[in-house]
Order: sequence, then structure tokens, then C-alpha cells
Amino acid sequence: MDATISFLAAAIVAGTPLLFATLGEIITEKVGNLNLGVEGMMLMGAIIGFKTALVTHSPIIALLTSMLAGAAGALIYAVLTVSFRANQVVTGLTLTTFGTGFAGFLGQNLVGQVVPATVKSFFRPFAFPGLSKIPVLGEIFFQQDIFVYLSYLSVFIVGVYLYKTSFGLNVRAVGENPGAADVASINTTFYKYFHILLGGALCGLGGAYLSLVYIPVWQNNVTAGRGWIAVALVIFAIWNPYKAVIGSYLFGGLDIIGFRIQDTSFPVSMYFLDMLPYIVTVVILVVISFRKSKENAPPQGLGNPYFREER
Amino acid sequence: MSYIAMKGITKIFGDVVANDNINLQVEAGEIHALLGENGAGKSTLVNMLSGIYSPDSGSIFIRDQEVKLTSPRAALELGIGMIHQHFKLVEIMTAQENIMLGQKNGIFLNKKAHAAKIKALSERFQLGVDPDKKVYDMSVGEKQTLEILKVLYRGADILILDEPTAVLTPQETEKLFKIVKKMKEEGCAVIFITHKMNEVMAIADRITVLRKGKTIQTLDKTTTSPKELAELMVGHPLDLSIDRVQVPQGEVTLQVKNINAKNVEGIEVLRNISFHIRSGEILGIAGIAGSGQKELCEAIAGLFPLESGDILFNNESLVGKSPREIITCGITMSFVPEDRLGMGLVASMDIVDNMILKSYQNDKGLFIDRKKAAEKAKKIVKKLDISTPGIHHPIRQLSGGNIQKVLLGRELDSDPKLLITAYPVRGLDINVSYKIYDLINEEKEKGVAILFVGEDLDVLLELCDRIMVLCNGEVTGIIDAAKTTKDELGLMMAGEKKQYLEGTEIV
Amino acid sequence: MFRMQKRGEMPKTKIVAIRILAIILALVAAAFIILLLKLNPVDVYIAMVKGAFGSVYRVKEVIIKTIPLVVTSLGIAIAFKMQFWNIGGEGQICMGAFLASYVALNYPDLPKPLLISIMILASIIGGGLWATVPAYFKAKWRTNETIITLMMNYIALKWIQYLQYGPWKDPKAMGFPKIPHFTDNAILPDLFGVHIGWVFALVLTVLIYIFLNYTKKGFEIAVLGESENTAAYAGINIKRTIITAIFLSGGLCGLTGMIQASALHNTLSVEVSGGVGFTAIITTWLSALKPFVIVIVSLLFAALVQGGSFIQTAFGIPQAAAQLLQGMILFFVLGSEFFIRYKLVWNKSFQSISKKE
Repeated sequence: MDATISFLAAAIVAGTPLLFATLGEIITEKVGNLNLGVEGMMLMGAIIGFKTALVTHSPIIALLTSMLAGAAGALIYAVLTVSFRANQVVTGLTLTTFGTGFAGFLGQNLVGQVVPATVKSFFRPFAFPGLSKIPVLGEIFFQQDIFVYLSYLSVFIVGVYLYKTSFGLNVRAVGENPGAADVASINTTFYKYFHILLGGALCGLGGAYLSLVYIPVWQNNVTAGRGWIAVALVIFAIWNPYKAVIGSYLFGGLDIIGFRIQDTSFPVSMYFLDMLPYIVTVVILVVISFRKSKENAPPQGLGNPYFREER
Repeated sequence: MSYIAMKGITKIFGDVVANDNINLQVEAGEIHALLGENGAGKSTLVNMLSGIYSPDSGSIFIRDQEVKLTSPRAALELGIGMIHQHFKLVEIMTAQENIMLGQKNGIFLNKKAHAAKIKALSERFQLGVDPDKKVYDMSVGEKQTLEILKVLYRGADILILDEPTAVLTPQETEKLFKIVKKMKEEGCAVIFITHKMNEVMAIADRITVLRKGKTIQTLDKTTTSPKELAELMVGHPLDLSIDRVQVPQGEVTLQVKNINAKNVEGIEVLRNISFHIRSGEILGIAGIAGSGQKELCEAIAGLFPLESGDILFNNESLVGKSPREIITCGITMSFVPEDRLGMGLVASMDIVDNMILKSYQNDKGLFIDRKKAAEKAKKIVKKLDISTPGIHHPIRQLSGGNIQKVLLGRELDSDPKLLITAYPVRGLDINVSYKIYDLINEEKEKGVAILFVGEDLDVLLELCDRIMVLCNGEVTGIIDAAKTTKDELGLMMAGEKKQYLEGTEIV
Repeated sequence: MFRMQKRGEMPKTKIVAIRILAIILALVAAAFIILLLKLNPVDVYIAMVKGAFGSVYRVKEVIIKTIPLVVTSLGIAIAFKMQFWNIGGEGQICMGAFLASYVALNYPDLPKPLLISIMILASIIGGGLWATVPAYFKAKWRTNETIITLMMNYIALKWIQYLQYGPWKDPKAMGFPKIPHFTDNAILPDLFGVHIGWVFALVLTVLIYIFLNYTKKGFEIAVLGESENTAAYAGINIKRTIITAIFLSGGLCGLTGMIQASALHNTLSVEVSGGVGFTAIITTWLSALKPFVIVIVSLLFAALVQGGSFIQTAFGIPQAAAQLLQGMILFFVLGSEFFIRYKLVWNKSFQSISKKE
């Protein structure tokens, strides 16, 4: 029982960077932009957050700069795809190349360095007053670090924002049918920019969680493909921030289960478990496509640039 | 003082002058019709009024104030609401959500407050919109009503309707006219774009005629006649007579027996349709756009799956044959859609490659023979007087009319036994249209069986031997073109069933 | 205030000029980063060129890096021509390498020409079949291929990892996770000092050029890429065309896997794809899907990487700088496309929007 609880609590930790990045990509895709630069933006957030922590010893500033770094990456993407109408897939992939180069470039001399103690202690898990006393659930969800609590809050805010506010309604309209949004007096360009940047900032946070909390020693390519899992998770969650929570923790659990089963007689190789997120994504995409349901489909305008005077 | 004044408006797309120094004035409490052929620049003009495009030169005045309409939002703030030909609705949202889009009242969605206002408006104009219905569940008429409600909700007092009746049933059109008249009573200005004369005469107060991107004249309905309007529209006195070539009719070439078909949404689009065409005969198809014309053409060409029924070509069933096999039988289909390129042509390819589109599979071996095609391309360019910088120029850059000639030229050149052509003169000027009618008649004389889907009833009446009317996927009658009238066709298009022509049913 | 306007066709020379200008601008922007490192950008750039082309050995290295890019880009170009966004090159390379390695490891004693021929065939089948999976879904249910091909990269990668750390692990490597080396019979021979892959690349370039421009299948792919409706109308068998084209696309990527495994690594390893599948997407796009341009762009990219590793030793600039520079050049070129398709018009009469009174 204790082992299960500690495993689940650890799954949440492993799932948190995925959750931030997935939320970011959901917001981005909701305005109709497929940004395959998640991995790059996470790396940019990871390195900038780490470097800031080293220099300032301030966890708060580190978080802020990592968000800025992710948003800066997203800004390049937004300028190219929204204003310059470049191909989204190619631009996103390039952003990943760029972000990887960026982190490798800045991080070259930091490999092996450790997050300062002040920052480390700031991100130490603590029992959330009150809620941590709930049996089982409290131990799993509310004995975490502040960053994890921030992720809970983010899910809630993104969910309310998308489904309960008038801005959220507009966001969905921009992603579904920018032409309709445009004639409804929604500034589609602003909406796209704002949410692509917001998405980038969240990806940056996901990267910072990796470099500051999860693996608090700088190593090259700290994301190790998690950005791609996040892209997959968006589909797993069918573009729903609440479902992203389930997906992230599930895949977070899969991420760590490999280490845990090495010493048991579990018959499946960890490599096959590693494949699971990707296989599940493929299956979900196929199922969505043959069910042809209107409700659970990707945003209609996903991947297409919008230009009012097109004819 | 006039409500709207557009002065000297010019708009150029690439090399095409869509609007050339256009003037337009609309008063309050007026229904103003914009009349013109396809491509006359009507949509472009109103798109500048609704902030979708911005003019290259010229000025726009609303209530005598010069304005710059840089976005739909700016236009709407001035009370200009536009109902587009292609609806601007988010399919997965409800009617109410679509109405609430872009509205600025509060951070959180307050569905209740909106619902009350929506209900009040809907009742006042007798729109009957169900606020909780998802758009993808709505009929075309419902969607259009929702669009109107959307702009009314935003306080529009200038309503622009772009070809609103093209997709409506007669009942829906009636309802629309009532709403428009109601708006007029409330002191709104309504701009109504159309190319249908009867609608102009039914509803407009004043009419501005556009031709080839220019303002021709603004007239009062009471002092003009449909004939005068038609002449202004096309630019010269109309001799609308087309010769009906008399050809001895041969064997039954195509026989369609009780076919039924559903579209992807599961809606019946062809219901129990039966007819035949003989060689040397032109069968016209009349009907409101979207009554099943496209599906019928595609079904014969093997591109639209049938639920039941049979299609016989020279007594051989076409059902189950691939489009390729049907082409080889000698059946050619050219459907000119609204955007003109549609499915018949490849925009980025040159005339030569478009020539081989349907014939390359007859070449032997792995490779494509472009030599023959190049000669054919040259021949067609010459014969149909296609203006192009050369046969190796992407057809995307040709004008609409020339693109259409490429399509028809290719189809006619393939020596078909059955020629299916839908809207072949769509958007073409009169002279070219007549040239095309001549070409169709030439084919008829050769003994080709022709299925002609048209928009213009006058043309159908003069060109065709018999006319079949479709309404809502059903045949409402097949009649002798020489013995019917436009009124009769109109009733049938509206759904009134007539007796089938005697002898139509082949036993 | 600016307004965008769509242009007509632009003369080719001007298009090339705009692209070159974009690259120059990227280099200028990157120069600022180099300045931050307190180095002279001009020196660094000259060193990069020297690093790529300064000696026979370096030129050979560049060519070796060009080969996989060219072959993979050709494959991807076929898919892109059909508007099929195959971003699964990585996975297809892995699976091609996997099947080729299977042959190499199990039949090491076959005569060299035979063994290599079978390996080539196996790699094409491996990559081709791997790509056919998303193609089949696309043909059958119009499943969006972008994400599926992407996801399948990682499935393939994990599969190779499994083999390398599991059943195929070399028992003689004393626990080190590597797959045994191929026998000499399974290794591509050299020609003029570089492995024969360069001949493959050049021959394939010509073949794919002919295929795309002069064959029926190539024509069908182009039509289908433009519009599925038109393709159906012209009597093209859409499903078969999608599957054939994507099999070819994946097959070429698979062939890259065989070339890399055989000639470069002499075995199968998780590094076999080395990001080529992704870089090739970018080179293909920049080449506007034109086979001969692909060769040039791939060569430039390979030179950039080679030059990048040289400046690392020469100036102590992190190797990641090359990647950073690649990213920047691409950003500028992607941005420049806009100016080829649109022009900006200065709106003189623009004033503030009059509000409703």
C-alpha cells in the first residue's frame, strides 16, 4: 500500500513537466496552431530557468524567466506562422532544432552543476495544510512541492478560462473557424499571438520543472523527448485540460515504472512500456478519425494559416 | 443625407481589377439591390463595406462621416452587419454560443442574460431560432436565420445580404423576405446582392447595376423593368435567342432508374430519380442550387455512391464501375463549381498537364507523353480563343473565364458519347457563353447525348429539348422545353410536382 | 500602416535573391551571438567554411553527412508532393536499418554483392512498410498523418533500443549494450575514398526527378497533392496512389537507414537515424521539393554541421552553435517565403477609425 502511494506520488512528479507542456500545447492548438516546437521551448525554459537560478538564487525569478524563455521561442513561431504564414509543421520542427541548439549552447559549461540550495529548498515537498490529511488522496496529491500545486492551479485556471469565460469561447472560435471569429469582431491575430505565447510560457515552465526540481543537475537534452510526449498527450486528452491531468500522470507513471520493475519479475521490457504513450496516441488518433465525431475532433482550423483577404 | 455612400472605390487583386471606381448610395429604410452577373464585383464591393477587404482607393461615408473600415469589428461598430454567402458559423457550437462570440460583457459567460435578449429579438423578427441547437445540426435556412440574428444582436442597422437565396427553398426565401421587410420598417438599410431579376422586382426599392467591376446605373424599381435591368447587366441589348438545333434523336444513351443516394451526413440527396437521354438530345436540369444537381452528375461519373437504383449507359450498367472505367466508356463530366477550379482542373499545373489529366492513363508504359497534349493544348487555345501567356503557364493565373474554357475545351475534345456539363457558362460574359452554347449544339449534331445543368431558365428553355426539374433531391417533373414557361418551371423548382412527360418512362 | 497583398508569380532569379538575402540576414543575426562570445564573426565564418571544405578529409566528411540527407529528403519530397506530411523519417530510417541489419547479422556469409542487394531490398521494405501504416489509415479514414508519423518515430526508436539492450546485445561486449558488428560482406564498399552511398544518392536524385516529372505515378501524386476531388474525377485510384507513394517515401528513408548502418556505424544502433529524418524535412522544404536543389541544400547543411564541429575545436564554441545557426537560418528563410508570396503595400491614406457617435 505504501509502495503504491509513493509510486503514485512519484508519478505525479514525473507527470508534472508533461502536464505543463500539454496545457501549453492545448492552448496553442485551441487557437488553430500546431506547434511542434514544444521540445525546443521546454529546453529553452529549462536552461534559462536553471541559469537564472544559478545567478540569482531566486526560485521565483527563475520561474518567471523560464516562462519568458518559452514565450520567446513561441514568439518566433507566432511571427512566422501567424504573420508570415509559414508552414506550421516545418516552423515548429525548426523551433525544436533551435531550442535544442540554444540550450546546448548556453548549457555547455553548466553540465553537472547543481541547483543552488535556496532554490532546492524552495521546491521541497510539503504537506498542503488541511488537504494533505485526506486519507490516501492527500498523501498522493498534497505532499508535493509548490511547483506541483502550481500545476493544479494552472489546470483549473486553463479549464475555467477555456470553458467558462467569454475569452475562452472566442479562443475556441478562432481555432475552429477563424473566418467566423473574424466577422464576430474577434481580433484573431491578437488571440493567436497571445495564446501561442501563453502556450510557450507553460512549456517553458514544464522545462523549468525538469531542470530545477525533477533533475536538479544540469544535463544536456534534459527533456529527453518529453516535448513529443506532450504533443501526443494533447490528443490523448482530446484537447481537454482536465483530461490532460489524467494523461500526464499516466504517462508520468509509465516513465518511472521502468525503474521500479527492474527489480521485480515483471515480464515486459521497459522499452515496450516506453512505447506505450506513442502507441496509445496513434490508436486514439485512428479511433477519432473513423468515428468522425464532431465533438471530439481536433480544432477545425488546426494547421491552416488565416488571411482575411485570401481568395 | 444618405446612410451609406461609397465613392470612387477601386480594388485590385493581383492582376484583376475587381472594382473600378464604383459609387453606391443607400438611404435609411431602403432595400437596395446590387445586381450584376457573377464576377461583376458585387461581393468584393460589399466586402469592403463590411471590413473584410480594404479598398485600394476611394472613400466610404456612413451617415456623412468618412470612415475607414479596417476590420469587421470596425464595420460592426458602425452598425454594418453582413450575411455572407458562405456562413461564418462555428459548427461545433450552439446557436447561442455563436451569437455570444466576440461580445464584450464581462469576463465570464453569462448565458442567461444573453438568452433573454436573444429570445426577445428572435420573437420580434419572428426568426424562430433554437438557441441550444448545434450549428452542425441545422438546415441551411436555419443557419442563415442564425446569421441574421447574430448581426441584429450586435445592433446592426445596415444589413448586407450576399446572394442569400441561392441556397434556400422557396418557403425559406419567403421567410427571408419577410424578415428583410420587417427590418426596413424599423428604419434599417438593407443591401441585397443578387443576380436574380424576380427577386429584385419582388423586394428592392432601388437597384444599382454593376458590370465588370463598374457601376453602370442606379435606378428606381418603379421606373424600370426587368428587361432594362437585364440589358444593363450584360451591357448590350439582349437577343437571348439561342437556336435549338433540330437533330433526329437516336437510341437511348443514358437511362437512370430509381436512383437514391445519401451524403456523408446521411441525408438523402437523391430520391428515386429516373430519366433517360437519347443520342442527339439535350436534357436540361433546372433547380435551385443544391437540389441534387452536383450529386446526380457525380453519381453518373462514378464519384458519388448510390444507395439503390441503376444507371445504364447503352444498356450496360455503370453501377460499380470505377470513375476510370466510366471515362473510358465515353462519358465526360464537367462541373463548374463556384470557385471555378473545383475538381476538373489542377490550378498549379499548366494547360498541357491539365489536358492530359483524363487521358494520360491511356498512354502505354510508365511515362507520360506530353507532346500530343501540347498540340491539343495549342489547338484548344486557338479554337476557344483562350487568352494565356502560353500553354506552359499555370492556369491558376488565368482569368475565370479562360480557366473554364480550358476545362470545356478538354471535355469536348475527348469525343464523348455522353456529355454532362453543369454551369458551363457560370461567370462568363455573354459572348463567350454563346460560343459555348454553339459548341454544345455542335456536339448535339454529332449525336452526343447531353445533360445540361443550368442556372438561367431562359437559356434552359431555348437550348434544351426537355427539361427535368429537381427540388430537394427529387424530380418534380420532366417537360418539353418548347411547351413550357418560366413560371411553370419556377413552380416546379419550388416543389410543385408535374406529370412526367408522356413517353418519358421507357418500358 | 501596411497591408498585405498577394503577388502574381515572381521571377525565379528574384526568388533566389530573396532566399540568399534571408541566409545573409541570418548570418548577420548569428554574428551578434558570436560577438557576445567576444569572437570575430568573420573569423568564425571563415573557419566554418575551412572546416567544411579546407581539406580532402573534411570534404569527404561533408559528403558522408550529405548522403543520408539527400536520400531521406528525396523520400520526403515524394510524400510532401502529395501533401502527405511524413515527419516519420526518423522511424522509417530505424526500421529500414533494422531489417537490413537482420539480414546482415543472420546471413553474414553470403557473397558481398548478394548480401548487400538483399540488405538494400530489406531496408526499403522495412522503411516502406513502417510508412505504409499511417498511409493506410490516411487512405482508409483520412486519419491525420502528421502526428502519427511523428509518434511512430519514437516507437521505432524504442524498438531499436530494445534490440540493442536486449535480444541483439553482443554477448562478447562484456555487458556493454551494443549490437555485434557486421561482417565485412555487409559493409558498403568505397568508391574514390567515400563509401558508395554517394553514387546511390546521385542516381536516386536523377531517378526521383524523372519519377516525379515524367511518369504517370508521379503525375498522379502531384494531382492528388493538389486536390483529392480532382484526382477522383480524373479516375485516379486514390488509395492505391497514397499507399504506393508513401511506401516509396518510407522506402527511401529506410534505404538511408541501411546506408548509415552498413557504411557508417557498421552495425545497428539507436544513433542510426541521428536526427536525419527531421533535418531532411527542413532541407526538403527549403528545396521546394525539387530533387536537384535537394542535393545542393543537403550539401550546405552537411557543411554547416561539419563546419560547426570544426569551430568547436578551433574556438571553443559549443557544437550546439551549429544547431542554433541552422535554426536561425531556417527561421529567416521561412520568413522570407512570405515576401515571395505577398507584398506589403503602404497605405498612405490610413487614418484612425472613426467611431460611431
